Amino acid sequence: MRLIVPLQAVAQGRGGLVLGSLIPCALFYFLQFYLRRHRPSSSSSPPPSSSDSNLSELTSMHRSFSRNLLSTRGSAGPSCISSRGAALARGDDNPYYVGLKRCAEDPYDASSNPDGFVQLGLAENRLSLDLIRDWLVSNWKDSLLSEEQELSVRGLATYQPHDGLMELKMAVSEFMGHIMQGSISFNPSQLVLTAGATPAVEILSFCLADAGNAFLVPSPYYPGWDRDIKWRTGIELIPVPCRSTNNFNISIPALERAFNQSKKRGVKVRAVIVSNPNNPVGNLIDQETLIGLLDFVTEKNIHLISDEIFAGSTYGNDQFVSVAEILDVENFDKSRVHIIYGLSKDLSIPGFRIGVIYSHNENVLAASSKLARFSSISAPTQRLLVSMLSDARFISEYLAINRERLQNMQALFVDGLKELGIKCASSSGGLYCWADMSKLIGSYSEKGELQLWDRLLNVAKVNATPGSTCHCIEPGWFRCCFSTLEKSDIPLVMERIRTVIQSN
Amino acid sequence: MIQKLLSKNCNTHGQDSSYFLGWQEYEKNPYDPIANPAGIIQMGLAENQLCFDLIESWLENNPAPAGFQEDSALTFRDLALFQDYHGLPAFKKALVNYMGRVRGNRVRFDPNNLVLTAGSTCANEILMFCLADPGEAFLLPTPYYPGFDRDLKWRTGAEIVPVHCSSFDDFRITGAALEEAYHRAHKRGLTVKGVLVTNPCNPLGTAMTRIELDALIEFVVAKGIHLVSDEIYAGTNFAEPGFVSVAEVIADGRADSARDRIHIVCSLSKDLGLPGFRVGGIYSENEAVVSAATKMSSFGLVSSQTQYLLAALLSDEEFTEEYVAENRRRLRGRHDALVRGLRAMGIECLESSAGLFCWVDMRHLLSASTFDGEMELWKKIVYQVGLNISPGSSCHCDEPGWFRLCFANMSEETLNLALRRLQAFVDSGRDSPNGGGVGQRPRRQFVAHWVLRSAPSSKSER
Repeated sequence: MRLIVPLQAVAQGRGGLVLGSLIPCALFYFLQFYLRRHRPSSSSSPPPSSSDSNLSELTSMHRSFSRNLLSTRGSAGPSCISSRGAALARGDDNPYYVGLKRCAEDPYDASSNPDGFVQLGLAENRLSLDLIRDWLVSNWKDSLLSEEQELSVRGLATYQPHDGLMELKMAVSEFMGHIMQGSISFNPSQLVLTAGATPAVEILSFCLADAGNAFLVPSPYYPGWDRDIKWRTGIELIPVPCRSTNNFNISIPALERAFNQSKKRGVKVRAVIVSNPNNPVGNLIDQETLIGLLDFVTEKNIHLISDEIFAGSTYGNDQFVSVAEILDVENFDKSRVHIIYGLSKDLSIPGFRIGVIYSHNENVLAASSKLARFSSISAPTQRLLVSMLSDARFISEYLAINRERLQNMQALFVDGLKELGIKCASSSGGLYCWADMSKLIGSYSEKGELQLWDRLLNVAKVNATPGSTCHCIEPGWFRCCFSTLEKSDIPLVMERIRTVIQSN
Repeated sequence: MIQKLLSKNCNTHGQDSSYFLGWQEYEKNPYDPIANPAGIIQMGLAENQLCFDLIESWLENNPAPAGFQEDSALTFRDLALFQDYHGLPAFKKALVNYMGRVRGNRVRFDPNNLVLTAGSTCANEILMFCLADPGEAFLLPTPYYPGFDRDLKWRTGAEIVPVHCSSFDDFRITGAALEEAYHRAHKRGLTVKGVLVTNPCNPLGTAMTRIELDALIEFVVAKGIHLVSDEIYAGTNFAEPGFVSVAEVIADGRADSARDRIHIVCSLSKDLGLPGFRVGGIYSENEAVVSAATKMSSFGLVSSQTQYLLAALLSDEEFTEEYVAENRRRLRGRHDALVRGLRAMGIECLESSAGLFCWVDMRHLLSASTFDGEMELWKKIVYQVGLNISPGSSCHCDEPGWFRLCFANMSEETLNLALRRLQAFVDSGRDSPNGGGVGQRPRRQFVAHWVLRSAPSSKSER
């Protein structure tokens, strides 16, 4: 509720509160009403509109979008749940989730369950957990101690800032700088911490776009975004296909075409979202493309979201360049660029739930830090991470050893696939490889791809992620995560895949 | 220029209430017994700091869970990687047992009906997303927790329609008030999806009577709508009449036709005094709600480390039994001290048996029985007396002059100091004509501050 209080009239005791406030109030509301009725059409490129017309746009779009959301509303009576709820309540037959579930129910273990499902569909890093565990076992106690070296619950138990402790922000920003190999430093006051990168992406989306707006996203992309970005916000994701001929690198002309097509449809594009290192392909965005992206979003007056959650999981010859580095050097408007990060991949601790929004935009930071109340990180976990990240020697060692192990595992896995006649896209980062099984599918179509996925899952008991769930336009590509395996598992995995291929 | 390109959600921060202004003032000048003895004492924070020593001693005696010592059931590896939104089974089991215990073991909860969330703030928002489409409404009895205006409405697009409760009925919820609110909502063209109550109540500190509960259930059954019972203060019930959970009404078979439309919100922030841990939950027998809420909890999962630690803590039945009893004892002591102290200066409180606060009647201290008068009194108490208390208007109370004062977030000495300060203020008010009516200066000061009110608050305010 907003009331205009005319300072002057009231302060001077003239005019009385009633007349002095009624007239401006009435004028204000009439103005809003007028703006609402005479709002220009949203299909033109975003004019410098006032936040008021953004305001008015929301309600009607939100309502109509949610009604379109899903068909199963049953009787639209008050006793049923919302359409958003109904959409989610239904079981998920998306192969991405089906495969994950099947593996979770009967997971492979070399000793205890050698016939179980091998999980190649989950980008989890198990290669260096031993290092983390050893550190935690010897150091956890210190993290619970107060400054006076006493066990104090008060500091942990009481309410904390919603967007994370400053000490953790400082430790995380230093860690991020370290990951980017010291070429850039991150300012802790520009960080908002959330319970994982999943809410980070959702919160950022809520800040940048209204229901019915869209993000352009180069495909193939991480299937989880269909959930994280679309579910509750009502934002549309428009895939912009990348091609194998170009090693699935981002094409600015393709973005341009997609933008124009959206405009024709009357859909307002608010941002481009990319992942770098790319999930699911594993390639890195080179400097030239990053500059091209920045030029593009500047020209279109939209935002750029760069999900760099795998920044510390690089192993190839290419050098990872964060969009933050380009901003530092080139003269772009920083307030339109936002980075998503998290400790789930690089530090192997997805269970602890640490996600990051990094932005130069004050309004986005202000809103995100308040929205973080819905996704705050548990205090004892924050304290623990402060200790761990502050142990510079441990972090350096961990990153070096982890990188080596990733490199080795990737090489072994890719070679193993090569021996089966399966080539992978060139990649330098991530916990997976992007394998071309297009020659092995029956019909060159999504159907053929899913048939192969099904045989891999149910016959070979190997769960790989089919490219169609990542919105890949070319059938037959599969994302295979190798970081959940031991070296000794590789021959077994390859053998299982071989049986399916040969019986093809 | 780029600022114009942000969403509506970004531009409305959902926190425009004088309630938050008091916080701002406190943050600028916080009381500290040594460093800042003249500072503002925080009585607007509903936090339970009375039993930290019990938790600390448990931790000292049980170092293994916090230190990830491996046990046969769970390894560190499993923990570090664990992000299953179904939650750690051992933790859910321990949590439902605790929930039962706090309700006198009169009900049993099924862990499969529990969805874990990062705090009850997250739980309430998820429930709104699951039950209401944008523009649909929930009825909330007044006075209610100011944070609901933000938590329930901000991103969900849901509406809140207040149910007017009055001091005449001791602020009890009546069938007539519910009907009136329902019709008012319809007049506004809103579809009512349900009623949301807090029981025990924030800010009143009262537990709902059986009569109230029955009227409520009757109402939701008749209208065919949902009932959300926010029971996060369940463990702070320290006196008779005891707290009756809506779960008991269901268990008694008195709400059969509405079983799958009744949902409970729980949390460890209030009774266990661990808000920083961010542990909350939604309990429901409605499969669709549990399924949808479980998936949405991806946006607010509880850290596996915390689940593991608390599973161990809550499974220690001896400890929890002792804790629940001692917590109640200490809360009661503090509550009684505040009520006595206020009574001695002629200020009465609404009779309450739960919560971390009292609902205090300062109507007789107002210079005028208006909300302006309430604001004027509140300003005096914040700036002159140095106590940050919550004005009833921020809780949407219909009658001016009521305030919420918290008693569990400070030491006994601090509480006594707060009472002394208030005593001095009341005495000075008696000695001289009370404020001489509303003067120009206080009004201007009030207006100036009111205009500057949109400041962020970094802590939770329940």
